[in-house]
Amino acid sequence: MPEPFLELVDISKTYPGVVALDHVGLSVSRGEVIALIGENGAGKSTLMRVLGGVVEPDRGVIRLEGVERQSLTVADAIKAGIAFVHQELNLFDNLDVAGNVYIGREPVHGGLLKLIDRKRLHAQVRPLLDRLGADFEADAPLAELSIAQCQLVEIIKALSLDARLVIMDEPTSSLTLTETGRLMRVIEGLKADGVSIIFITHRLNEVMQCADRAVVLRDGRMVGALKRAELTPAAMIRLMIGRDLKSLYLPPAAPPGDSVLEIVGAVTDTYPDRAVSLSVRRGEILGLAGLVGSGRTELARAIFGIDPLRGGAIKLDGEPIRIATPQAAIEHGIYLIPEDRKSSGLLLDVSIAENISLPDLASYLRFWMVDTARETENAERQRERLNIRTHDVATPVGLLSGGNQQKVVLAKWLSMRPKVLIFDEPTRGVDVGAKTEIYDMLRRLTNAGVAILMISSDMEEVIGVSDRIAVMHEGAISGFLDRSQFSEHNVLQLAVGHTV
Amino acid sequence: MRKKDLSLLVLILVVGAVVAFINPRFLLVGNLSNTLNQVGLFGIISIAEAFVIIIGGIELSVGSVIALLGVLFIDLIVNHDVHWLVAFAIIVAAGLAIGVMHGTLVTRMRIQPFVVTLCGLLIYRGAARYFTEDATAGFGFGASFPMLEWLTTGRTNVLGFPLPHSVVALILVTAVAWVVLHRSVFGRYLYAVGKNEEAARYSGIRANRVVISAYIICGGLTAFSAVLIAMYTRSISPAVHGSFYELYAIAAAVLGGCSLRGGEGSIIGVVLGTVLLQVLQNLVNLLGIPSSLNFAVMGTVILIGVLADQYLTQRGRRAKAAKERPETERPETKIPAPLLDRANAE
Repeated sequence: MPEPFLELVDISKTYPGVVALDHVGLSVSRGEVIALIGENGAGKSTLMRVLGGVVEPDRGVIRLEGVERQSLTVADAIKAGIAFVHQELNLFDNLDVAGNVYIGREPVHGGLLKLIDRKRLHAQVRPLLDRLGADFEADAPLAELSIAQCQLVEIIKALSLDARLVIMDEPTSSLTLTETGRLMRVIEGLKADGVSIIFITHRLNEVMQCADRAVVLRDGRMVGALKRAELTPAAMIRLMIGRDLKSLYLPPAAPPGDSVLEIVGAVTDTYPDRAVSLSVRRGEILGLAGLVGSGRTELARAIFGIDPLRGGAIKLDGEPIRIATPQAAIEHGIYLIPEDRKSSGLLLDVSIAENISLPDLASYLRFWMVDTARETENAERQRERLNIRTHDVATPVGLLSGGNQQKVVLAKWLSMRPKVLIFDEPTRGVDVGAKTEIYDMLRRLTNAGVAILMISSDMEEVIGVSDRIAVMHEGAISGFLDRSQFSEHNVLQLAVGHTV
Repeated sequence: MRKKDLSLLVLILVVGAVVAFINPRFLLVGNLSNTLNQVGLFGIISIAEAFVIIIGGIELSVGSVIALLGVLFIDLIVNHDVHWLVAFAIIVAAGLAIGVMHGTLVTRMRIQPFVVTLCGLLIYRGAARYFTEDATAGFGFGASFPMLEWLTTGRTNVLGFPLPHSVVALILVTAVAWVVLHRSVFGRYLYAVGKNEEAARYSGIRANRVVISAYIICGGLTAFSAVLIAMYTRSISPAVHGSFYELYAIAAAVLGGCSLRGGEGSIIGVVLGTVLLQVLQNLVNLLGIPSSLNFAVMGTVILIGVLADQYLTQRGRRAKAAKERPETERPETKIPAPLLDRANAE
């Protein structure tokens, strides 16, 4: 057995409140293809950031070609031939292919002006294109390439840097089947040239197709590795799950009533050939699980009228309604608490009181003017009800902690008697204490008859809080689970597109 | 009154006192009345501009619109014998129409406001010059509109001070704009869209409508001031009439606390900003500074004003954050970055 090219021993990394990596070890041999799998938040990305020199581990040893170090810098990583192909491609779409590959290292003519030597630039890129069998030219403008082609450009960039380890973060998440097949062949080719590859993926089929070994992370720990012969979906899923889920579940006061919000065959722009049907009942929390990119947020945006619905219908209390704008949704009592509260939920440097009243200002009028006294009064009421921790409701929202900010977004809608509440990632960036308070509030709302659709990528939350779970996979519902069927295994099975 | 506005007022008083000390003619009734007249005329266009700046836009065609609508107004009442009230209504309608056009191009066609209104600046200026064949438009010998003239350029004695009617107009506009911006729902929407259009949309605000409305208000107020200014100058050379007025308006708005990123500024601040600019103009005249330095003085004062404001707000924020932190979060946490460099543009 040849000495491994790279060895990580006992790597740990703790962030305030979270153990991101817990004594993780990983070794990579030349020409080896390793699949790194695990749920959202298992620590995959942090581990790769350690390799890229972006994150410094708290402890552990990195052995690179026999040389031991405590941590890497970005420069070390590049020099050692570690290259990244990111999920969000870091390319300039105003440059051509060659310009992107040699960005910052352009060959120049001599002299004072250091003009770019375009001829040499393109000549250097061409052999790399041939090596990967790329179907575009070195002078093709990047803006004209597909995502799959852009990915190849990233790989070419890596090769131009003499990469010996290429790390790909969910490389296939936005590729079509044919494109995925081509990428798999590129990976085979690199492997044959002795380049090692680590790829993070949620698609177990791809793991079986091209990995020599699968490494499974869970809650920041390495829980197992599977050799090529052992790679089966069942084996992988068994390793990915098995966390102790704390019991968060608060049972509802009454069994769910009739369907309040019903989505029939909804089609969004992201998945124009898939339709989603689901219904949320009165007094119920329906968890909407799925992998990142499965189309859940897009569905929520379409229901709320932010994006157009490309097909299908929305029914409220059995009556078909038309929602073309957020105003229409709000008039029907359907409210959305968006995924990214900083960019879409709040006006950060505006006061708590004004943020809360914003969607409902018309009801604060006195002589055609906003009655600020009543506004403050309502904000104070919400502050007490939701336990928003602040000195003063005139404080700008941006100064609050994540949890308290989220409570302010919630307060906006609670003042307006919600019928349906769509909650996209309710506790992202929220501390543990506020989390419990938010779950508590969700249950109190359903007990008052509100129907809640809760999108969440946090397994603990989905299983711990929902009364029922719908799972999405690539733009369609892959299955529903009742509480008796709740398990990480089942949710994960459905999320990767298998049946339970 | 906001703290910011108060410090602007203090600055005006200090500058005024210094000018008065060096050259007591500053305090002559005639001089004050004339300066106030300028404040009246420029104040209205500054408020017009402020509406657009608050929603995060910009309006560069103000000066050209003043030229075009000015020559049209004079042409209507002088050459076509249209009653001045009717002519006034037509001009305001034209201003509103320009606002609709700009607002629609910005929202529906998604063209950047700078580009839309830059094109407007060129187009309206050209149209005005073409319309008069580059000749000066004015009132013929003996032409007289006593009522109109009294209303627009007259002065009324208030406690012995001849108060220009342009100032009365400005006071009325300021009062209405203040209520709209600082007390009405629509005003809240203007600020919300300016601060974070996406969050406004997620709160059910029709952001596009709010943006178009801001351009319409700007167009209407600009048309109103176009009539006042036309009556004040009485003759219009379309090549230069009103040129750079948009920059005076933007400068006043910025001095008054508006941020070009949108979502900020107060009406009182904008009016005070106009006052400061006009006092500076006056200062250049009275202190015997070569008038060629006029713009340089103005630019320097604006720059210093904005720098001071930046410094003071940052300090204020830090103090506020320090007050809010201990109870809500661990003390080692820093102030969220977005508050320090409000990246609304993203």
